[in-house]
Amino acid sequence: MVTPGEDRKAVRAEAKRRSARRSATIATVSTIVVIGGLLAFMVTRPGWSNVHQLFFNWDEFKKAFPQVLKAFVIDMKLFVIVEICVLAFGLIVALTRTSVHPVLAPGRLLALLYVDLLRGIPTILVVYLIGFGVPALAIAGVPTDPLVLGGIALGLSYGAYVSEVYRSGLQTVHPSQRMAALSVGLTHLQSLRFVVLPQAIRNVRAPLLNDFISLQKDVALVAILGPQEAYRIAQIIQGEDFNYTPLLAAALLYFAVTFPLARILDRMNRRDPAQMALAVR
Amino acid sequence: MTGTPVIEVRGVTKAYGEHEVLRGIDLRLFEHQAVALIGASGSGKSTLLRCIDLLEEIDDGDIFLDGEVVTDPSVEPVAVRRRLAMVFQAYNLFPNLSVLDNVALGPTHVHGTRRADAREEARVLLDRFGLAGRERDHPDRLSGGQQQRVAIARAIATKPRALLLDEVTSALDPELVGEVLAIIRDLKQDGMTMLIATHEMAFAREVADEVCFLHEGAILERGDPEQVFSAPAAPETRRFLRRLVAP
Repeated sequence: MVTPGEDRKAVRAEAKRRSARRSATIATVSTIVVIGGLLAFMVTRPGWSNVHQLFFNWDEFKKAFPQVLKAFVIDMKLFVIVEICVLAFGLIVALTRTSVHPVLAPGRLLALLYVDLLRGIPTILVVYLIGFGVPALAIAGVPTDPLVLGGIALGLSYGAYVSEVYRSGLQTVHPSQRMAALSVGLTHLQSLRFVVLPQAIRNVRAPLLNDFISLQKDVALVAILGPQEAYRIAQIIQGEDFNYTPLLAAALLYFAVTFPLARILDRMNRRDPAQMALAVR
Repeated sequence: MTGTPVIEVRGVTKAYGEHEVLRGIDLRLFEHQAVALIGASGSGKSTLLRCIDLLEEIDDGDIFLDGEVVTDPSVEPVAVRRRLAMVFQAYNLFPNLSVLDNVALGPTHVHGTRRADAREEARVLLDRFGLAGRERDHPDRLSGGQQQRVAIARAIATKPRALLLDEVTSALDPELVGEVLAIIRDLKQDGMTMLIATHEMAFAREVADEVCFLHEGAILERGDPEQVFSAPAAPETRRFLRRLVAP
């Protein structure tokens, strides 16, 4: 004889399984309908054959892709170098802004001006102004290479954003942590180094990575200064062949780098959705 | 008690804006002595401890450590804090460090002890406090009682002249209070000089050499624990103790 307890347990488990199966089926069907519908809508438009020829041209893709890929190496190098500089520079700005030491008073003012100014100007304008403005000043010893200047412009623009991310991270660390560090006998600098900063950075890993992803795409902006990076090369080939497929090849490359970073970010931010939703019907 | 007190507080006042938190505190803590500070929440116990550890600045008066004034603006506060240690109500362990590194951080960076030696000493301390095997855990994996024991280990790892305890059992579940009090009792037996802000009256009575009752920023009554607890002189003390016994 089955006891009532076991019986009901089995019934509940079966109901749960059925509900999970139904959810999976609905999700699959709705995905196919929506994505298939969008594709069908696109290819049935009167202009599709034209678009297919101009944007999705396989021969053009095969021809352009190797050149674009070669130029993309410049983007990647620039991205890595600028990102490292941004992480260091942003931290210095954030620490200056949050310091209370009187010696740093002018630094605080400068940092505040810098952040307000650079966050208020579109990145493309910063690249343009620095890329063409600095060489025009003709200061001895200052680089005139457009790639270097473009990198500096991107670094300044992103440094402002990243410094604000760090600053919000510093604010997430409760003052009692600093108090405990001081009571142990650490200096202010040691408390920052061993106690406050590690916690602050840990708390803003996700937004830092978000800016990281954003910069990875924005390196294409240096193209307006002339360096032949991926976007610029794609544009040149497009101009020669009257076909937009090279630009799509460039887009694919940026995407290929951004996508895994975005997945990592997602994983970092993930809470178990089953935990977030109330686990009852 | 004779000789130079380890800690001496003379006429200390402290206000947050209009609100006077400490109103002329005088206190002497001698070597191997334990003084208990009792009083309602907001009576100034925590503020007094933080002022002694130079985590807050006083408005007036003086604080001496081994006879030297430490509240003079010319005194380097870091050097003073290194000679004292504090345990907080909310533990305030460093969540980014392992239990072992929480304890070893001070000796490594304050006294320049070699990292390996500091860790070995930390291991011995943790073992003594019943935390062997938890060295590599991060603080959030520990119970409140365990965290507070780590905090006490962290405090005494720097071999302080005196230990300042700020209501160290107030945040604990009742069944965890005992394990923390046992350690403090143990330290007292070893001769540790302690200033203990506490709500545990039975414990204060048992461990303290002197009890001070704080009321609205002033010490209203002080004396032998037996006398303060069984025959309090001030009406405020009587009222405070009565409220604790029969809430």
